[in-house]
Amino acid sequence: MSNSILFQALVYLVAAVACVPIARRLGLGSVLGYLIAGVLIGPNVLSLVGEGAHVMHFAEFGVVMMLFLVGLELKPSLLWELRKPIFGLGGLQVGGTAAAVAGVGMLLGVDWRLALASGLLFAMSSTAIVLSSLAEKGLLKTAGGQATFSVLLFQDVSVIPILALYPLLAVGGAAVTDVETKAERAGWLQALLILGAVALIVFAGRFVIRPAFRLLAETRLREVFTAFALLLVVAIAWLMQTVGLSPALGTFLAGVVLADSEYRHELESDIEPFKGLLLGLFFISVGAEIDFHLLVEKPLLIAGLLVGVMALKAVVMGVFARFVFKLDKSASWLTALGLAQVGEFAFVLISFGEQNHVWGSEVSRPLVAVVALSMLATPALFVLLERVVLPRVAQKEEARPHDAVAHEDAQVVMAGFGRVGQVIGRMLRMSGFGVTVLDLDPAMVDLLRRLGQKVYYGDASRLDLLVAAGCGKAKLFVLAIDEVDKSMEVAELVRRNFPNLPILARARNRTHYYRLRKLGITRIVRETMASSLQMGVEALREMGIRAHTAHRMAGRFRRHDEAALETMLKFQGQGDDVWLSEAKKALENAEKAMRDELMGVQADRDPGWDNTSLRDEVLSRFQDSAQRAPPPSEPEAS
Amino acid sequence: MPARRVLVLLAHPLLERSRVNKALWEVARSVDGVMLHDLYETYPTADIDVKREQRLLSEHDVIVFQHPFYWYSTPALVKEWQDLVLEHNWAYGKNGRALEGKTTLNVVSTGGPEQVYQAGGANLYTVKQLLAPHELTARLCKMTWLAPFVVHAAFKVERPSDLGQHLDEYRQLLEWLRDDQLDLAKAAAVTRLNTDLKSLQKTGADA
Repeated sequence: MSNSILFQALVYLVAAVACVPIARRLGLGSVLGYLIAGVLIGPNVLSLVGEGAHVMHFAEFGVVMMLFLVGLELKPSLLWELRKPIFGLGGLQVGGTAAAVAGVGMLLGVDWRLALASGLLFAMSSTAIVLSSLAEKGLLKTAGGQATFSVLLFQDVSVIPILALYPLLAVGGAAVTDVETKAERAGWLQALLILGAVALIVFAGRFVIRPAFRLLAETRLREVFTAFALLLVVAIAWLMQTVGLSPALGTFLAGVVLADSEYRHELESDIEPFKGLLLGLFFISVGAEIDFHLLVEKPLLIAGLLVGVMALKAVVMGVFARFVFKLDKSASWLTALGLAQVGEFAFVLISFGEQNHVWGSEVSRPLVAVVALSMLATPALFVLLERVVLPRVAQKEEARPHDAVAHEDAQVVMAGFGRVGQVIGRMLRMSGFGVTVLDLDPAMVDLLRRLGQKVYYGDASRLDLLVAAGCGKAKLFVLAIDEVDKSMEVAELVRRNFPNLPILARARNRTHYYRLRKLGITRIVRETMASSLQMGVEALREMGIRAHTAHRMAGRFRRHDEAALETMLKFQGQGDDVWLSEAKKALENAEKAMRDELMGVQADRDPGWDNTSLRDEVLSRFQDSAQRAPPPSEPEAS
Repeated sequence: MPARRVLVLLAHPLLERSRVNKALWEVARSVDGVMLHDLYETYPTADIDVKREQRLLSEHDVIVFQHPFYWYSTPALVKEWQDLVLEHNWAYGKNGRALEGKTTLNVVSTGGPEQVYQAGGANLYTVKQLLAPHELTARLCKMTWLAPFVVHAAFKVERPSDLGQHLDEYRQLLEWLRDDQLDLAKAAAVTRLNTDLKSLQKTGADA
């Protein structure tokens, strides 16, 4: 009944629109939002929809689209660059987890095929949840974050072979049958068809699809282009299905072939919304299928599976990360806890498994429940990681004591040995001055030591360390720390305890400059000024201004800038209005002066070398004398 | 007698290794009322601040250039200084009166002994003659240019104590310039100030 379809659509859409934003607000992620929506509208709560198996079937197309996009976005160069963590760590994780689960399963008396299939399934983690959580917490760029990313990437790629493997794990099934085909085929014919289909995709991708895109793009009708993109995905899926292969595999392959075409971004943006909606629908229907009766009836089974699987995953991942890949403690904990959940791909594999007779619904239901619950538990795990585990682990690492500073008679003490400090330190040392250098970055200290540079690991904002470094006897303190607050901490400490020790300070920006001036430090160098002036000179030269002139202009600019800096110093700390108007005035004055001088130079009126006014004067003198003595040809005036 | 404001401009690119100029500079430093200006120290990259130099010149009455004799002239920075600071219509020209009436001179250290710096000698000219560009520059700026104060044979000097007499005379010169005790006409006419410095002091009639 049309009414019912409309009503169904309404229900699904309302559920999605309502639950997903709330879930994201709560930090649970959109996947969980869809799941919860499904739970709510399903037979267990509101009973607005039935066990939409046909809906799920329809929504599975979203998975096919997703894999098309995965193939499209796959960067072979990235894969190659990260090949060690991706295939190494990822491979170990998937293989190890699958093996571990299979092993435990078989010990518990489960059929080996079932055990292996569920092992592979449990090995999956949730790309969506994990990556967005990592990005949110700013952990993506850490070593642990990068390792996690590599493992997830491998998992994405490994879905294909797993999908291919599943039919072979069918209990009692040997011949490849497909729901749509009417008859079995002989093995060799099957293989031939598969090869043919793959070849067709690759060929079409390279030689047919792209010209077709070009033609269509010229119509400038967006919907035609979109329709063609959808047609592409549907056609490949259909082709694959006919041949008896997984549609997802086919679309993945097509995506890879089209990955470096110029229409890649178009395709991505056209398919993405469909994929999003269909996947959402898929998760909703999964949620609707979560059997809460099962939870009530067999809580121990579910709970046991849940805890067991997650613990196993975490252990396997952690062990491989720490002991095989030698990641440090915080990175290992991050990957272990972050990937402990079972991801959305598992849902795909569960229903795929059911279709291919790897298991029946009595297996798939608890699996669904366990997977869904593990995803629900993920936000909590991340909180645990962030608040409890990482701080504790990090503390142990930071408890590296500061190096014992040999009490030298150094004439210079330097805090900070990064890009700035190193240049200053080397210049001083090359000139024969002893410099005691303190730096807070253990990796940097180790590296520099290996390069033969003498530097001590320590926190210069500690008085005992400054004393040990020789501030009492030193002639100069160089403050080369880039981090503003840390720099101010050290500056204040030195000013207070060694008031006669001159400080040469690096200022990161104007505010930092003014804060240092307030402490009475006058020898301050703004870190970007000199290099910016140099670039300014280069820019002027590129535009045709001669080198010496460009350099003199830079000199003028610098002088005006410094004068403005001094002027503005007076107005620091006063109300915003006062400061703003004075700053504006200073800027305008400087610009006016610069413009005047620039006009002078451009008109070649740089007084020092120019002779225009001199020429004028001399010429006027000639005219004067010419007037006084009339030219000889003229008759004497009477 | 109102003191005249004396400015000593030192031009030595490698003062650390200098013996004569360093000693002379120490003398200048010890005389009260003398303003010191180390050009190579102030402008290590030759980025001369014209306005600032002009201000300095306006504020002083006697401008002394102290320098070694490099290639029969001043070190390069002095030339740059002259090219930039002495602007048309400021230092010279129809409207250029800023330096009018001031006094200027060179305090020079040379490698060669006095004998070579004369008409029959190896260098053909006296130091005063070789400083002709300075003389004419001063003229154009309507200044009075005095004969140079020259310390010859600087290479023979091992220790500051070898310079004893020169240093005393330099101090004397600076004090007389400051106190307006120097007969400027005579000082401009001689070939070298410190041939007979005493004779250049103003007599009772002028004091």
